Amino acid sequence: MIDIEGLDVVFGHGKNSFHAVRDVSLRVEKGQSFGLVGESGSGKTTVLRALAGILERVARVSGDMTVAEETLLRHRSQSFRRRVQMVFQDPFGSLHPRHTVDTILSEPARVHKLDRIEQRVVHALEEVGLDASFRFRYPHQISGGQRQRVSVARALITGPEIILLDEPTSALDVSVQAEVLNLLMRLKREHGLTYILVSHNLAVVAHMCESLSVMQNGSVVETMSVQQLREHSSTMPYTQQLLTASLGYDRTAIDAFEEFA
Amino acid sequence: MSDSKLLIVEDLHVTYNTPTGLVRAVSGVSFELGHEKLGIVGESGSGKSQTGRAILGLTATGGTVGARRLAFKGTNLLNASERTMRQVRGSGISMIMQDPKYSLNPVMTVGSQIEEALLIHNRTSKRVARERTYEMLRAVKIREPERVYKAYPHEVSGGMGQRIMIAMMMIPEPAIIIADEPTSALDVTVQLQVLAVLDDMISERGMGLIFISHDLNLIASFCDRILIMYDGRVVEECTAAELEQAQHPYTRGLVNCLPRLDGGQDELPVLKRDPSWLTTPGATR
Amino acid sequence: MTTEATLRGWLLAEIPTSKWQARCQRIFIGWLDFKRNPIAMIGFLIILGLVVIAALAPWITTSDGLELHLADRLKPPSSEHWFGTDELGRDIFDRIIWGSRITLYIVALVSIIVVPIGLLIGTVAGYMGGWVDTVLMRLTDIFLAFPRLILAMALVAVLGRGLENAVLAIALTTWSPFARIARAEALTIRNSEFILAAQMQGISTVGILARHVTPLCMSSVTVRLTLDMAGIILTAAGLGFLGLGAQPPTPEWGAMISLGRQYLIDQWWVPTIPGIAILVVSLGFNLLGDGLRDVFDPKSGN
Repeated sequence: MIDIEGLDVVFGHGKNSFHAVRDVSLRVEKGQSFGLVGESGSGKTTVLRALAGILERVARVSGDMTVAEETLLRHRSQSFRRRVQMVFQDPFGSLHPRHTVDTILSEPARVHKLDRIEQRVVHALEEVGLDASFRFRYPHQISGGQRQRVSVARALITGPEIILLDEPTSALDVSVQAEVLNLLMRLKREHGLTYILVSHNLAVVAHMCESLSVMQNGSVVETMSVQQLREHSSTMPYTQQLLTASLGYDRTAIDAFEEFA
Repeated sequence: MSDSKLLIVEDLHVTYNTPTGLVRAVSGVSFELGHEKLGIVGESGSGKSQTGRAILGLTATGGTVGARRLAFKGTNLLNASERTMRQVRGSGISMIMQDPKYSLNPVMTVGSQIEEALLIHNRTSKRVARERTYEMLRAVKIREPERVYKAYPHEVSGGMGQRIMIAMMMIPEPAIIIADEPTSALDVTVQLQVLAVLDDMISERGMGLIFISHDLNLIASFCDRILIMYDGRVVEECTAAELEQAQHPYTRGLVNCLPRLDGGQDELPVLKRDPSWLTTPGATR
Repeated sequence: MTTEATLRGWLLAEIPTSKWQARCQRIFIGWLDFKRNPIAMIGFLIILGLVVIAALAPWITTSDGLELHLADRLKPPSSEHWFGTDELGRDIFDRIIWGSRITLYIVALVSIIVVPIGLLIGTVAGYMGGWVDTVLMRLTDIFLAFPRLILAMALVAVLGRGLENAVLAIALTTWSPFARIARAEALTIRNSEFILAAQMQGISTVGILARHVTPLCMSSVTVRLTLDMAGIILTAAGLGFLGLGAQPPTPEWGAMISLGRQYLIDQWWVPTIPGIAILVVSLGFNLLGDGLRDVFDPKSGN
C-alpha cells in the first residue's frame, strides 16, 4: 500500500543545511498499522510529513514514494489528498482557533466537492463519540481529548484509506489517551484503514501496531515486528537501550546507557 | 527512612476566584515528607502543580492558600512574610520546573545564573562562588564545566539544560527539592540519565524530594512513596512497591488504562469517573 | 420573557446551534470583556457620539454651515451661536457638526483602502516567504520611508486638490505598517499545525490565506487601525490646514483651523473649537484602540 524508497529530506541551504532524513525505506501493507519509533531529532515526524507532502515549501525532499500504486510527485493529487489524512500531535495547535468545529469539519468536504456535507459532519462527530452539540463550539471551548477527537473526525470526513498519526496521544492525559487509542483501533477495524503511527512511546506502538521501524538521527536503525519487540529480540544496541528505558527507572541499568551522539 | 519530618502539610487548600466562579485547585491535601522521594501523580487539573507551588508561596495572583498546618523544619510557611519565604526558597526548599527553555534566563550565561543562585543565600567571594559552580557542574555529570559555564541556555541541549537547573537549585544546599515534571520535555533515555543525577545527589545529601508528574510508571519506579491526586484531593497514598495492590478505583483505573509493552492489543479499560470520588475521604495508608 | 432576556439567553447559551450564533456569542463575550475597561468605554462612547452626531446632523443643526452672514461675523459663543461664528458669519457649532461627517468619511475611506491592501501584501509576503517576501517588503519599506505629510503633499500636487485626493494620499502613506503587522502574524502561524492540516486537506494557497491566515491578523490590524486613526485625522487636518485637502467652503475641521488661525488672539473660538474637536476624536480613537488591544490580548484566551 505504502512504499518508500531512499527518502532524503534536507532543510535549509549551504552551511545551515540540516539532513533530517537519510536514505529511509519502508513498506506498509494494506490494513496494517506500522509504527515509527524514535527520540526527538530522529526524523520520524519528518518522514511522515514528507509522505504527506507538506514539506515542499520548507525542505528538499528526494526519493521514491508510492501510495496505493500512485507514484507521488512533487505536487500531491486531489485523489491523494482525499485518500490520505493526518492527525497531528498538538490538539491545541492543529485546529484553527477562529473556526468552529463545524467549519473545521466541513472544509475538507467542500474542498473535495463532496455532497451532503452537513450529514457527513454530524456522522463524523458521532463516529468519534461527540454529539451534535459540539458542532458550533470553538476549539478553546472544548477539552484536549475532545479536540483530538475533532482532529480524528476531520481525518475521517473524506473517507480515507490511510491515516498518518503523528504522536496522536502524546499531549493527552493518560486516561484520555486510552480512550483515543481505543477509538483509533475501532475506526481501523470498522473502516479497514491503514495506519502509520509515529511515537516515542514504545508501549503505545506495541499496543497499536504489527510492525515498526526504529529511527535515530534520520536513519532507520532497525525494522522489526511488534512480536520481536516484545521479546526483546533486537540485535541493535540502540533499540535495546530504548526498550530498557521504556521499562522505567532502574539505577543500575542507566549506568550502562551509551551516549548515542 | 528517617523519622524527622522535613515538611508537614495538613489540609492544604488553594482556591481561585474567577469570573465564572470559585475554582478549588487543591482541596484538603495532607502529607508529610521525610528524607525520601515522594511522588505526586495526577492528570491535568488534579492540583499536583498547585500543591508544589503553594508550599513555596508561589501561587499565582488571585489564588488563596489556606491550611491547618504548613511547616518546613519547624518554620511555619503559611502566611509567612516575604522575607521569611525568600530565605526558605533556594536554601531551604528549591524547585525544578519542566522546561529549561523557559526557566533559565536566556540572556545570562549558565555560570552567572548558577553563581547568582549561590550568592543570594551565601556571602562568599566571587572566586569561591565560581569554584563551587564548577563543582556543581561536575556533580551533575557535565563533562566540560568551563565551556558550559560560559554558554548561554539556548546553546545547550534539553537534557543538559535540565541538569544545569538541578545544579542551580542544589547549589544553595536546600533540604527539599520540589521537582515539577522535571523530565517531561526530555527524551526517555535522557530523562533517566537526568533522574539518575538527581537520585545520586539526593541520597548523598540526605535530602527530601517531591516529584510531581503525570507519568505513573516513572514515579512508581523512581520514588519511594506515591500520592495519587484527583480533582484537588489525595485519593491514595502508598509505597511504590504497593502500587499494584492499590485500593482506590481511580488509581486502579489509571494503572489499568496504560498500554503495556508486554500487554496485548485488546481495548484498553477506560477510566470511568465516579462523582463519589470527589466527596469520599481519600488517602488510605 | 422580555426580548432583552431572550436575546441575552441566546447569547449566553451553553450550546450554540448555528455558526451565526457561535460568532455572535464570541463577539458578545468580547464585548463584556471590553465593557469592564472604563477608559476604553470612554473612547468607545466618544466615537459612538461622533457617529450619532454625524447621523443626526440635519436635525441638530440650524443651518447647513455654508451660508454667509457677514453681518454676524466673529461673534463670540452665545445662546444663539453656541460656538460663536467664524470670519464669514457662519455658525461654528453647525460647521463642527457637519464637519463630523467629513471626519467620518475620511476615517472610513482610509480604512477601506488601507486594510485590504495591507492584509493582502502582508499575508502573501509572510506566508510565501522567499523572493516574494523580499520584493513585497522592499515595496512596503519604500512607502514606509516617506514622511507622511510630505508624500501626501506630493501626491496631492500631482492629483490635484480636494478631499478625495487627500484621502487617497493619506491612504497610500498609511498602509505600510499594516502590511508589516499582517506579515508578522503570517510568519508566526505559517508553520502551525492547523496550517499544515489545511495543506494536508489540499486547500489552495489562496484559500489558506483568505480563510486561515487573514482572520488571525484581524485583531492586530484592528487595534493598529484605531491607534493610527488619530494620526490619520491629524494628517487630514494638516492637509486641510495647508489648503491641500478639503476646499472652502467645506467645513473640514483642519481647514477651519487654517482659515481661522489669524483670529487666534482676539476671537479664540474660531480656530480653537475645531482644534478641540480634533483632539477629542483622536483621543477617542486612541482609548478605543487601547481597550481593543486589551480585549484581544492572547493571554486572555481569544
